[in-house]
Amino acid sequence: MQTITYIVYLVASVLFIFGIKKLGSPKTARQGNMLSSIGMLLAVVITLFDQRVLTFEYIIIGIVVGSAIGATMALKVPMTGMPQMVGLLNGFGGGASMLVAFAEYYHILNTTGPEIEVATSTTIVLSVLIGAVTFTGSLIAFGKLQGLVTGKVVRYPGQHPLNALLLIAILVAGIMVILDPGKTDLLIGIGIVSLVLGVLLVLPIGGADMPVAISLLNSYSGLAASMTGFVLQNNMLIIAGALVGASGIILTIIMCKGMNRSLMNVVLGGWETAGQGGAAAAGGSEVKGDVKSVDAEELAMIFDAAQNVIIVPGYGMAVAQAQHAVRDLMNVLESKGINVRFAIHPVAGRMPGHMNVLLAEAQVPYDKLYAMEDINDDFPNTDVVFVVGANDVVNPAARNDPSSPIYGMPILNVDYAKTVVVNKRSLNVGYAGISNELFYYPNTLMYFGDAKEAITKLVNELKEL
Amino acid sequence: MEAHELIMLIYVFVLAIFVGFELITKVPPTLHTPLMSGSNAISGITIVGALLSAGLEEFTVSTILGLIALIFATINVVGGYLVTDRMLKMFKKK
Repeated sequence: MQTITYIVYLVASVLFIFGIKKLGSPKTARQGNMLSSIGMLLAVVITLFDQRVLTFEYIIIGIVVGSAIGATMALKVPMTGMPQMVGLLNGFGGGASMLVAFAEYYHILNTTGPEIEVATSTTIVLSVLIGAVTFTGSLIAFGKLQGLVTGKVVRYPGQHPLNALLLIAILVAGIMVILDPGKTDLLIGIGIVSLVLGVLLVLPIGGADMPVAISLLNSYSGLAASMTGFVLQNNMLIIAGALVGASGIILTIIMCKGMNRSLMNVVLGGWETAGQGGAAAAGGSEVKGDVKSVDAEELAMIFDAAQNVIIVPGYGMAVAQAQHAVRDLMNVLESKGINVRFAIHPVAGRMPGHMNVLLAEAQVPYDKLYAMEDINDDFPNTDVVFVVGANDVVNPAARNDPSSPIYGMPILNVDYAKTVVVNKRSLNVGYAGISNELFYYPNTLMYFGDAKEAITKLVNELKEL
Repeated sequence: MEAHELIMLIYVFVLAIFVGFELITKVPPTLHTPLMSGSNAISGITIVGALLSAGLEEFTVSTILGLIALIFATINVVGGYLVTDRMLKMFKKK
């Protein structure tokens, strides 16, 4: 039986790998997700035949309750709420790893006594640490994205020394547990301090840095699963966890590159602190000049005369739920024979690929969405660029102003287009707290208003032309 | 667990990370959100550990911890796969 179990675990591991491979193209992605879920089902079913599993009451309760909650969440969540959904799911994965490590620890104590081998106790300690940090860190990330916890950068005196102190305490206690595995209270202490550490690590991270935080927590949740695999000496868990860990790390690196910042800088909450003092204190040259604003009727005529249009969506589009209005704009422009494309900055929104999902929901074909490096050279040949709720990712200061905090960050070169239209509610600074000189450029027109209302108005004007 | 057994597990871990890097660098930015939620569901594989604990014959503290872990992991797995499928259904070419 044990041999069959191992073979099925191997099959499941292969299905996970194929599943992720097929996620590499939108055509096969759904099939890939299906393969991966079949792998999971096989793993669960064969585990039920394990000689250790003798009672089924709790298993049935757990699966029924968990499935009901999971399915309700998955089917109810709006597409704009996807970042917090992913954050929350990361947390549950991490929490499960921590609890399994504890359960396994008590099981070993009860069956073979406190003589636990060093390799086993080490993996238990690491599993508790990573699982607990992932759990509370993800809950805080969820709270920030949901608006339950402040999305601002939180700073307090002695923040970094405190975190360092907690980590050292965990490591010292960890070594003590590894050397003397009977110290149950100490392991519980490690769990509690790790939970606190998770809160403290994510709390300082500001809203605009959430794509990095979510990716990093995704990676942690994978590592936590791998650690559980070490505890249980199960290769399938190690492989599955390692795949997720690698995925999270790659996304984290992409997000950091998109902001031209080091991971350390994001984790320590460096950038946005400046923004709390207001635009002037944020560094960078202060921008002054005249702003030209435009109304819907005038804007409709400008669009009508264009041949090439690029739309640049940002987090503001998600907040205003304007993705359907943007789709209508695309349709009406295309009906007039105008070429419409979308330019997506890697860190637009609150998680990797956030804008792509919202536009997919609004039935914008994915082949109209272009990554920054694929479309950045086309702006000079573009008649009208329409910026919807994006700010820092189109700020030319990143290119021109060495004193700006975002200097060096790769941006979409929208200012090279013949006309730039920026839809925004007001002239307020972006999430980085930096004023945007683009708004004062001679080829820039400001179209003020809530994205959804303003774009709907524009679409109606265009239809009348 | 003996040291050499741990080393074998580390071998598997390191090699799997390389496989992960190879696979995931090929995923286009458009699919990054479904990649995250889909890989997230895979990290719910901890469910296997939760089942082993929740199904222990004797009712102990391990069983309770296992039950909570099982609920968490099942939310992770079921929620993750369903929400990923919901998203991927929407990705259409013109």
